[in-house]
Amino acid sequence: MTLLAATGLVKQFGEFRAVDNVDFAVRQGEVLALIGSNGAGKTTLVNLISGLFRPDGGLIRFQSVDVTHQTAYQRIKAGIARSFQIVNLFDQLSCLDNVALAIFSRDGKTRRLASLADRDPVVWQEAREVLDQFGLLPKAPMLAGSISQGERKLLDVAVAYALRPKLLFLDEPTSGVSTREKAPIMDIISSIVRSGKITAVIIEHDMDIVFRYSERIVVMHQGTVLADGTPDEIRRNESVTTTLIGTSPG
Amino acid sequence: MSAAGALDHAQSLPKTFIAAAVAAVLLALAPFVLRPFDTMSLTYGLIMAIAALGFNLLLGYTGLLSFGHSAYFGVGAYTVAFMVKYLKIASLELFILGALIGSILVSALFGVVCVRYTRIFFGILTLALSQVLWSLAFKFFWVTGGTDGLRVPTPTLLGRVLAAGEDKVTFLTHGYYYYVLAVFFLALGVMWVIVNSPFGKALQAIRDNETRAAFVGVQIWRYRWVAFVVSGAYTGLAGALWVPLNGLTTPDILHWQFSGEIVFMTVLGGFRIFVGPVIGAVVFNYLKTYAVGYTVYWQMLLGVVLVTLVLTLPTGIAGALGRWVPRLRRAVP
Repeated sequence: MTLLAATGLVKQFGEFRAVDNVDFAVRQGEVLALIGSNGAGKTTLVNLISGLFRPDGGLIRFQSVDVTHQTAYQRIKAGIARSFQIVNLFDQLSCLDNVALAIFSRDGKTRRLASLADRDPVVWQEAREVLDQFGLLPKAPMLAGSISQGERKLLDVAVAYALRPKLLFLDEPTSGVSTREKAPIMDIISSIVRSGKITAVIIEHDMDIVFRYSERIVVMHQGTVLADGTPDEIRRNESVTTTLIGTSPG
Repeated sequence: MSAAGALDHAQSLPKTFIAAAVAAVLLALAPFVLRPFDTMSLTYGLIMAIAALGFNLLLGYTGLLSFGHSAYFGVGAYTVAFMVKYLKIASLELFILGALIGSILVSALFGVVCVRYTRIFFGILTLALSQVLWSLAFKFFWVTGGTDGLRVPTPTLLGRVLAAGEDKVTFLTHGYYYYVLAVFFLALGVMWVIVNSPFGKALQAIRDNETRAAFVGVQIWRYRWVAFVVSGAYTGLAGALWVPLNGLTTPDILHWQFSGEIVFMTVLGGFRIFVGPVIGAVVFNYLKTYAVGYTVYWQMLLGVVLVTLVLTLPTGIAGALGRWVPRLRRAVP
């Protein structure tokens, strides 16, 4: 079943067409990788779908509902969440507060002015559980701005995950971390996503990670979709190899 | 909230209440210890502390620097003056109600325009709108009294009028002082709940990272607007309490320089600490009072003192106390 379907998406920055008439679909329950060289339009596509940018053309349907002109807030409420390529956290709040805030917001409790946040044990318990799932519970009282880059990447995903989304976009979850840290980070994320039966789209440059953790791969190049298939199909695709690596496998 | 705020909060709550109780007892004793002049200065300080608390909901907790809070203070004060002049009302409770309604309406309207912007654009817009009110108060003199202002006589407190022969100074330094003190603690408690509520957390999230806040489902514009209105209401409340004490309201309190004083007392006290603006307001008020009495060049003297304080105490007086007190505790066996 198709969870998300974007058709004819266009985004233009001046003369430059970052996303050019792209058709993109995500099926319920799959873990999809979105790959491509720098400037291929991957992050712009995610920005369009998550509501950070407004498309110049095209249609986005989520669970068969047209969300093209909805705000980011409406899309989050519908079940679309994301992490960011450059870590986006509340650096002056604790790791626990970062996750708790997402839970408060998800449950519509951030509208409450007359009750103490700390007097809501259900939220704090869930926040601790989420941190525990991501292996960050020992960091709970620390400021988000003070933990390591790998931990910040995980926390970024944990905050998005705490929203309990139906569709989770992970924008380069291992960028900026050491090669040694990449696999453990992806193992944690992958196990949480699969055990939670969350549909996920991973944007990634590291091909080892892409082929190891995804069930389907969409390749973008110069704002368009170059290829779409299983990891094996993409491996054998000559145009992909030529475009991404610069040489033909033959 | 601090790093370990959520975890430590339950343990720190009794300490907070103990500190508040000690402060309440000391402040309650003030009229019996201080000279009437100093008690009145303290009353002014407590009133300005209410304004600074409201202002700091925007600066310290939402990350918005307003240069136009004189507008809401002035609306509060002028609403009271209009109630006296046109409706012949003398009840302080009705003054407060009227000032709250007036300041909420004006801040709600101004907020719609201002909160769509941040940083310098927000600051300039708030300043410009407050200057509009100042020029209205200045030009429409047949309504506002112009530069002569409007007089506000001694109000009734909970229906109690100033008895025949009762000294006004005694009334202001006792009955009125305790009334202001009660309102101050009520305002302090309400603000403490607001900044520690889920809503307060959302404001801090907006302050730290607007984009991320939007992507956890916080409606930035709406939350900023609510914070703006609450902030305006607090400042309007301060204006309503200030004008019977001062006995007169003039367009000066709508001018941007008055907004600057609210900014300054908040920064002086420490805008990252909840009680910082309260300390800043009381200290600033005493400094200003004594500087004015000491020399005709009081602005220069006050400027030098304040610049020195800000340079030596970058986290404000409250921030410095927060660092020094533990050191002193360690130093004293």
